[in-house]
Amino acid sequence: MRAVGAGAVGVVLLAVVPLALSSYQLGLLTKMLIFALFAMSLNLILGYAGLPSLGHAAYFGVGAYTVGLLAVKVVDNFWLDFGAGLLAAGVTSALFGLLALRARGAYLLMITLALAQVLWGIAFGWRWLTGGDDGLPGVPRPGAGLPWSLGGGLAFYYFVLLVFLGLTLALWVVVRSPFGRALVGIRESERRMEVLGYDTWRYKYVAFVLAGVVAGASGNLFVYYNGFVSPAYLSIVFSAMALIMVILGGAGTLLGPALGGAVIVLLENVISAHTERWLTVLGLIYVLVTLFAPAGIMGFVRARLRGRLA
Amino acid sequence: MSALSVETLSHDFGGLRALDTVGFNVAEGERLVILGPNGAGKTTLFNLITGLLRPTAGRITLFDRDITRLAPHRRARLGLGRTFQVTTLFPRLTVLDSVLLAVQGADRARFTLHRPRSAFPRLFARAERLLEAWSLVERRDVPTRELSYGEQRQLELVLALAAGPRVLLLDEPTAGLSPAETTAVARMIGRFPRDVTILLIEHDMDVALELAERLIVLHDGRIVASGLRDEIKRDPRVAEIYLGIDEA
Amino acid sequence: MTFWAIQTLNGVSFGMLLFLLAAGLSLIFGLMKILNLAHGSYYLLGAYVALSVTAATGSFLVAAAAGTAAVVGLGIVMERVFLRRLPHDELPQALLTFGFLLIVGDVSLAIWGGTPQTLPKPALFEASLRFGPLVFPSYRLFVIGVGAVVGLALWLLQERTRLGAMLRAAIDDADIARATGINVSLLSTGVFAFGAGLAALGGIIGGPLLGVYPGADFEILLLAFVVVIVGGLGSLKGAFVGGLLVGLLDNFGKALFPQLALFTIFAPMAIILAVRPSGLFGAR
Repeated sequence: MRAVGAGAVGVVLLAVVPLALSSYQLGLLTKMLIFALFAMSLNLILGYAGLPSLGHAAYFGVGAYTVGLLAVKVVDNFWLDFGAGLLAAGVTSALFGLLALRARGAYLLMITLALAQVLWGIAFGWRWLTGGDDGLPGVPRPGAGLPWSLGGGLAFYYFVLLVFLGLTLALWVVVRSPFGRALVGIRESERRMEVLGYDTWRYKYVAFVLAGVVAGASGNLFVYYNGFVSPAYLSIVFSAMALIMVILGGAGTLLGPALGGAVIVLLENVISAHTERWLTVLGLIYVLVTLFAPAGIMGFVRARLRGRLA
Repeated sequence: MSALSVETLSHDFGGLRALDTVGFNVAEGERLVILGPNGAGKTTLFNLITGLLRPTAGRITLFDRDITRLAPHRRARLGLGRTFQVTTLFPRLTVLDSVLLAVQGADRARFTLHRPRSAFPRLFARAERLLEAWSLVERRDVPTRELSYGEQRQLELVLALAAGPRVLLLDEPTAGLSPAETTAVARMIGRFPRDVTILLIEHDMDVALELAERLIVLHDGRIVASGLRDEIKRDPRVAEIYLGIDEA
Repeated sequence: MTFWAIQTLNGVSFGMLLFLLAAGLSLIFGLMKILNLAHGSYYLLGAYVALSVTAATGSFLVAAAAGTAAVVGLGIVMERVFLRRLPHDELPQALLTFGFLLIVGDVSLAIWGGTPQTLPKPALFEASLRFGPLVFPSYRLFVIGVGAVVGLALWLLQERTRLGAMLRAAIDDADIARATGINVSLLSTGVFAFGAGLAALGGIIGGPLLGVYPGADFEILLLAFVVVIVGGLGSLKGAFVGGLLVGLLDNFGKALFPQLALFTIFAPMAIILAVRPSGLFGAR
């Protein structure tokens, strides 16, 4: 009950605080929500099912590029473009899942990385389609096909918040369902689950596709937010950033990764303003978190709470 | 119709023949113990029966149904349960959560995504009954990695039972236990429902002879002796195998 | 005809470079179950250090030694000081190495700048050899030679020496190996350092062919992964065969179908994954 109360407070804050923020701060908060969603999508397969993926940017990028390309080159209709983005991300994860999920552990890491890199190669190499390394600019805010324009910062923020809350709720339901509990069982001991009658591959595959679709949604939101997308959002570094967001926040907890995502976005914002060495800092975060805080922020908080209750 | 039937089962690991034309039947409700020194092929046999390995040759049938090519989870759904020699639990999950998962595995709701698990009280009811029946109620909120080794071995048995199997394969359930714990586990197995068929791999001769109705002795991948308890007790070859290994 | 001969040569020499990296990766994983993502860093750093030392001394040999030494040192530090603290935790270990990949890559950018550079070839191999109508750069033959020698040496080491036997024992079961007196701890550090050295060597002899530039660490890491996926993780034979296969495919792919981007290596990788997920020579 305490968790639900905290959740309600959080929602109210997210709804009300933006009214007092500058447009720059509002933009940052919007970005934090988008990346929080991205991190939570990876958490479903990494934190809950225990599947390490170094290629999650693939679905984010596919969503972003699909929406961007359609909106700029074909037809700027929100429902069509957003829907196509989700579909493309879903199809990609369905295909990649078939290839990757027969593997585990280190193999899975390598395969997911390689698969995402193929997409990166396409985005980078097919200049005629994607603009190559220069990226795809000029993506408008969603408006066409909707009864009101989402161009303004505040209106767009509430749109993002709505999608974020909706998908977080969906993830919450899935995670508490028998399916979600089975994912955790698979993480803890896949062999035990198999002999208990679970078709573990099917669970992993469905989780993989769901994670891909939610990642695609976050990519959709991002390209609308940023107005621009480039191969960087399909890169290993970006996939790795999602990974550290999950672990920093707390893998296997629902909102930990959202927190991790917000923290990384903030850190990047602050640090990049003062130095070019953001990647070195990110690498250091990796080293420090894996060595000293493997359960992440949520793990730390829970240990403190347990200490106080004991 | 026998509960479980194994015919001319063989398995090779590369150039090594781990099992050589093993064949036997188990009647429903029977308690069959499989004896043999280390490396005799006992766990390989279990791995083949439960589907974690594909045999090089031979056939396995469960209640007259050919399961030789079926995936492990399908065999489980047909009523085959198993415990492992190396404890295979869910380290970070509580005892209750673990039993719930075991119960869920046999339930139609196992793949439901859109409703919380709490919407299925029958899972909780069944889990509670199991916890009570096997005296685990006090430990229900303890993560399984914090249980004592003896408690873990007991939970391993309860999980296998929770899915409601018709044939249970127990792989050295008393491995690594103290004499007191061994007795407790042996008594526990003795309390299992009579209509469940049990195959038991045991290294401990005393436990084996106590629980068995019939025994099979494996050595170097082959069956070297097979019979009722008293026959095996008196069989000089069996003693030789065990004594021979002890002296080595 | 000349086209095919030259492309084959290029593919084989590139394949040898990939073999050096995949072999190190496989060795480290085989013994310690660590997926060393910093392997790309070893490649890059070896090349950059060699670059600076060549500029300072003019000697390829000294530069090669310095580059290898620097990377081996880094490898030892990574293994002893950092990775040791996370025993048997596969994902955290891999992530730790990834942190190093990021750090080394970015620090290299800061030190050596973003302009792509090339390592000068050793004077001995600057000439080209003529075989009738075919003109082969002798340097590429040198690379193939190095790869073959290393491959042979590794095979002999693994199969014929006591060290190899200890290694195989430790890979099989570390606890029992330790019980028989094998110093698994020293072996681990040694293997890690050796793998790092191989990667550095790859960077150094690859430098004149492929250039040295930011991002080369990621590129070579990806290719090494594809090699290991195709050949099988933990197998020396797999690293060799996989390396040659991927090297040839990548080379021919870029020459014949440049528009297909990474598909030329993706397709065989996907086939292997579908048909034999543990790789051609991997453990099933």
